[in-house]
Amino acid sequence: MTKSDSIIKISKLNKWYGKFHALKDIDLSVGRTEKIVICGPSGSGKSTLIRCINRLEVHQEGSIQVDGIELTDDIKQITEIRSDVGMVFQHFNLFPHLTVLENCSLAPIWVRKKSKVEAEEMAMQLLEKVRIPDQADKYPGQLSGGQQQRVAIARALCMQPRIMLFDEPTSALDPEMIKEVLETMIELADSGMTMIVVTHEMGFANRVADRIIFMDEGQIVEQNDPESFFKNPESDRTKLFLSQILDH
Amino acid sequence: MTMNTVKFEKLPDRLPPVNTVGWVAWVKQNLFGSVSNTIITLLFFYLIFLYIPPFLEWSVFNANISGSDRSICDENRSGACWTFIKVRMEQLLFGLYFAQNPDQMWRPIMAFIVFGGLLTPLAIDRTPYKKWLLLILLVAYPIFFISLVGGGVFGIPKSDASEWGGLLLTFTLAFVGIVLALPLGILLALGRRSKMPVVRSFSIIYIEFWRGTPLITILFMASVMLPLFFPSGVEFDKVVRAMIGITLFQSAYTAEAVRGGLQALDKGQTEASMALGMGYWQQTIFIILPQALRISIPSIVNTFIALFKDTSLVSIIGLLDLLKIAQNSSRSLDWNGYDIEAYMFAGLVFWIFCFGMSIYSQKLERKLDTDRNVE
Ligand SMILES: Nc1ncnc2c1ncn2[C@@H]1O[C@H](COP(=O)(O)OP(=O)(O)O)[C@@H](O)[C@H]1O
Ligand SMILES: [Mg+2]
Repeated sequence: MTKSDSIIKISKLNKWYGKFHALKDIDLSVGRTEKIVICGPSGSGKSTLIRCINRLEVHQEGSIQVDGIELTDDIKQITEIRSDVGMVFQHFNLFPHLTVLENCSLAPIWVRKKSKVEAEEMAMQLLEKVRIPDQADKYPGQLSGGQQQRVAIARALCMQPRIMLFDEPTSALDPEMIKEVLETMIELADSGMTMIVVTHEMGFANRVADRIIFMDEGQIVEQNDPESFFKNPESDRTKLFLSQILDH
Repeated sequence: MTMNTVKFEKLPDRLPPVNTVGWVAWVKQNLFGSVSNTIITLLFFYLIFLYIPPFLEWSVFNANISGSDRSICDENRSGACWTFIKVRMEQLLFGLYFAQNPDQMWRPIMAFIVFGGLLTPLAIDRTPYKKWLLLILLVAYPIFFISLVGGGVFGIPKSDASEWGGLLLTFTLAFVGIVLALPLGILLALGRRSKMPVVRSFSIIYIEFWRGTPLITILFMASVMLPLFFPSGVEFDKVVRAMIGITLFQSAYTAEAVRGGLQALDKGQTEASMALGMGYWQQTIFIILPQALRISIPSIVNTFIALFKDTSLVSIIGLLDLLKIAQNSSRSLDWNGYDIEAYMFAGLVFWIFCFGMSIYSQKLERKLDTDRNVE
């Protein structure tokens, strides 16, 4: 990965919640089509970091550039970045009053200004990709957790994003549903999407990640390719963390 | 030790046990299940026995309805005097103007029939184009109503709103209050949660001011003070003043009801719509309000019901709403002494409207729930 080809550039990022220093001097660039997995103990700032990328959280110091656009208070730029960056949440956050198809076509129609027909056609294609086209007319409440999360992925993809952010997409799922969601994500990764994934699914990380980032106390403790990360973790923090999540 | 694998055998699905308990057993179990239960049941039946038969005797079996003056009622004082209500029905329903101009009475009657015609299909599940129907009811109907009942256009004789009365006035005030206060209330509720300090402070001050002031005071202020705010040439009809007062008051309550719904919404809904690049109004219109309003239907309808009943306060600024006309009639020389009948009739009409609203809101809630298949 060369620096000039990076799609996300974060430098000297600092973020506070009130007086609490949640992110400290984060430097990170992400290359086009690169897949990054972020792990670390609960409260280490993983969600905060990726939520800063699409401005769900506002940072106080440092800079974030997404596809050449600097994140500022400018609403137009924020909207532009948000429609280019898809996000998948731990608790799906589907719109319960809209059908699966409406969930997927709403933003393309109103944000991307597509025609209804066009938006629904694309939604159906993507629902097929995540293997639930037959649920298009149902409401989210009628689907299983795994199906809901796949709809959420399809919904984000309908905006044709260049980057996808995942915040612990499988941690709210029953064990037998984790696999179907991870498979969808692996397919997405294989299709060349740039992805930043916060997860503790180390099998997935090993299979998909170009780079694994370990965070603790609002800092990036170390980052490496999966092989070195698992075999020769540099920091004792990382070792401790890995022993905790890999043991059982 | 050897490990034995046991083959898993699926048990056949069975239906749940049928409840074979007959009604005798049901009564025994539910009405006389315990000592306290038995006492309550007996007491309840005793009270029914004590009060219902005499009431029926007075209101139905011995009641007077024939004739057109008080002589019949005065001869038979053991029954209610519905003759009074019958004779004064036009006044009670439509007020003095229409009672004195019977040839014009078709106007309010038609207005009510059209209202019913628009409302009934809304209450039926399978009606198509409900959204449009609702829009017609909220936008086109008020215009139709004003032109038809108010007159002065298309060669229809003018009827001054200050001469409306009875149910017609009660209905008009409540309908206007509800239709105008809903959008205002929604905007205020959104404003109260706005990130812009000016908008937020304005909403809070507005809501708390009107909520903290009794409607009677507001009606007084509207009738006495409103003219002071406008150039002396502008003459406000008394009814219009009442409408303005009621709308200002009602919007504060509607706002609080809507805010309850907004607060109950999960933060994830906003975040998901922001992450999709939606702007504030897109989020609000497509994601937030549909859900928040659904949650707050019961409390919104509650404020509607309260308003419908509160409209009777307009009598203190000299308007003759249903309750006031009923009261006045029972104090007229012709019918002096028959107050109970007057109040019962007014009460019944109020009850029909309020109960109707309550039933409709429950139905709407259930429907929206089953639509989405949530418990
Ligand atoms: N909205 C918030 N207000 C205050 N503190 C917050 C908020 N969100 C997160 N935090 C705090 O910031 C830290 C990092 O949170 P988060 O990024 O969610 O961690 P992670 O996703 O790694 O579990 C935690 O200590 C958390 O309590
Ligand atoms: Mg988190």
